[in-house]
Amino acid sequence: MSSTPQLDINRDYAERYGFADPVEYFAKAPKGINHEVVEMISRLKGEPEWMRQLRHRALDIFFAKPMPSWGNQELLGQINFDEITYYARATEKAETSWDDVPENIKRTFDRLGIPEAERKFLAGVSAQYESEVVYHSVKKELEEQGVIFLDMDSGLREHPELVRQYFGTVIPPTDNKFAALNSAVWSGGSFIYVPPGVHVAIPLQAYFRINAERMGQFERTLIIADEGSRVHYIEGCTAPVYSSNSLHSAVVELVAKKGAYIRYTTIQNWSHNVYNLVTKRAMAFEDAVVEWVDGNLGSKLTMKFPCVVLRGERAHGEILSIAFAGPGQHQDAGAKVIHLAPNTTSKITSKSISKDGGRASYRGLVKIRKGAHGCKTSVQCDALLIGQGARTDTYPTMEIAEDDVRVEHEARVSKLGDEQLFYLRSRGLTEEQARLFIVNGFIEPFVKELPMEYAVELNRLIALEMEGSVG
Amino acid sequence: MSERKPVFAVKDLHVWVGEKEVVKGVSLEVFPGEVHAIMGPNGSGKTTLVQAIMGHPAYTVEGKIFLGGEDITALEPDEKARKGMFLAFQYPVAVPGVTVASFLRAAVAARRGQEVPVKEFRQELLARMEQLEMDPAFAGRYLNDGFSGGEKKRLEILQLLMLQPTFAMLDETDSGLDIDALKVVAPGINAAATPERGLLLVTHYQRLLNYVQPHVVHVFMQGKLVASGGPELALQLEEKGYDWLEASLGGGA
Repeated sequence: MSSTPQLDINRDYAERYGFADPVEYFAKAPKGINHEVVEMISRLKGEPEWMRQLRHRALDIFFAKPMPSWGNQELLGQINFDEITYYARATEKAETSWDDVPENIKRTFDRLGIPEAERKFLAGVSAQYESEVVYHSVKKELEEQGVIFLDMDSGLREHPELVRQYFGTVIPPTDNKFAALNSAVWSGGSFIYVPPGVHVAIPLQAYFRINAERMGQFERTLIIADEGSRVHYIEGCTAPVYSSNSLHSAVVELVAKKGAYIRYTTIQNWSHNVYNLVTKRAMAFEDAVVEWVDGNLGSKLTMKFPCVVLRGERAHGEILSIAFAGPGQHQDAGAKVIHLAPNTTSKITSKSISKDGGRASYRGLVKIRKGAHGCKTSVQCDALLIGQGARTDTYPTMEIAEDDVRVEHEARVSKLGDEQLFYLRSRGLTEEQARLFIVNGFIEPFVKELPMEYAVELNRLIALEMEGSVG
Repeated sequence: MSERKPVFAVKDLHVWVGEKEVVKGVSLEVFPGEVHAIMGPNGSGKTTLVQAIMGHPAYTVEGKIFLGGEDITALEPDEKARKGMFLAFQYPVAVPGVTVASFLRAAVAARRGQEVPVKEFRQELLARMEQLEMDPAFAGRYLNDGFSGGEKKRLEILQLLMLQPTFAMLDETDSGLDIDALKVVAPGINAAATPERGLLLVTHYQRLLNYVQPHVVHVFMQGKLVASGGPELALQLEEKGYDWLEASLGGGA
């Protein structure tokens, strides 16, 4: 990756590469990443020129940037960028057949009682999840309020100026290697705009959106909450999502204008072959509130550190996360808060469970700029270890350049205790029941922040994960 | 009277903590309707004795434990509990995030071998809580999490009343209770002392025994029951301490 391929992006690609039918081309698309692939993605989507150029610039940045020198070097080193397919039109053809879906995932669908159509969608077999009925009523209500809720591709098509104004302003392609990659090859994701003063009453869920590319590898989401508005967005679902693509690298940008409120809830449950390297950041203006509620259950390696930049006075940022790392998994999760303005406040609560050789890391950064007086921040990390060989690490960083601030930090590691188990068992609960009570209790502060149906499903899922951990 | 069968018995019980023998041959029979008290100085291993009987995995046990005539020595703690054995802990363990109500509902279902309908369970729980002068909000709090010493002990007695064991051991239930709390908890214990049930109170002080009359008092020292008698033995200990018994053991500690 030392030499950056040169490409004259003004030349017509069909002429240059001799492909008459881009769809045809993509059905046979070779693996690997280069400017040709980026060009084709942009052409296929019929994008405006600025986006096309942005993609190409981002790709150059991706080539130029080194891999992160921190984090799980062993797992990161196993990513082979030449072996990855960067774009496939899910609408054209399902990428996976039901037979290819691993047994354990099918079994989990079964036990969670997930309906047939939804299973196929989650497994990547079907491109669409039939939720049209729900969506229609929601859509009407939103339209009346002037709320825009589209997939990112449609957002760019229908509201190009709005997208252009904000796209890449919170997370520029230069931010990190994977943000650059996403900027170059992004597809799908959500675009939401909430007009001033509008309160969106129900959580907006990606499920409601009929979008073939929702489960894309390189989702791009942009949410703008205009002054005094409120919105809650829910990404993903608790059920395991099977993907044959091994690299998933999303970028999520949130803009909370003066007095706005955004909550962004994620339950990540990718199948265990997936690298999930995600950049999430919010910009919070005066008196705005941004909350990231972030749960990570799946994937082989997740690296995700939702960030809130507190730009306006009295803005508040909150990050509540749980991570569950089973055997072979590394959940490298955490949070970042940057206090730029005075009297801003933040709260980070991180809970991780490492089980039977699984590894969870908390990596956090709290920065308070000189002059940002009267800021308050509190960080609390709790780790729970279960079984043999489970590992947890905490990497908290505090950069405080102002004296007039209040900073609290607390970290706790506990082992699923024999005394807790004995106490519960002495009341008649089996060992398995007792373990489940302890684990569910541990994540309760997270679960109670979820909408009911998610909370119920998450508890069932944890129960499945905990099975077989006895003896 | 000789036809009565003990509700609980141990025969020549020995307990090791690692290499150390803490209980060195204890035999005891508790008949239905009886309240026994085991008294002993601090650090004598009273807690080890009752936790080992309940089946704590940290201890190695030799000898026999019977519940209602059945040998339950080798059973797991949860199996013992489901058969009707109960231990009120000296230091109840906190389980954050688990509410008192949800835990108790699961425990009651385990003990009775069937789910109890929510409404029915709720009524029963609230009635028992009222009996112990507990605020109904208590049911929604996390198990022993941030509880005061007195609240923890009250919760242990609440569990005793809800689970209806056939034999219950109460480990230092009076410690950490002020006199007002003791006056509430003691009737709870007395209510649990039914004609079918056996109770074993483990205590350092005689104070609890002013409120809960034991039929038999045992003195546990140096891993053995060194003396047994009626309630007057407890008063004697209160007056004279344990030293006079220690002297009678010969050797001494």
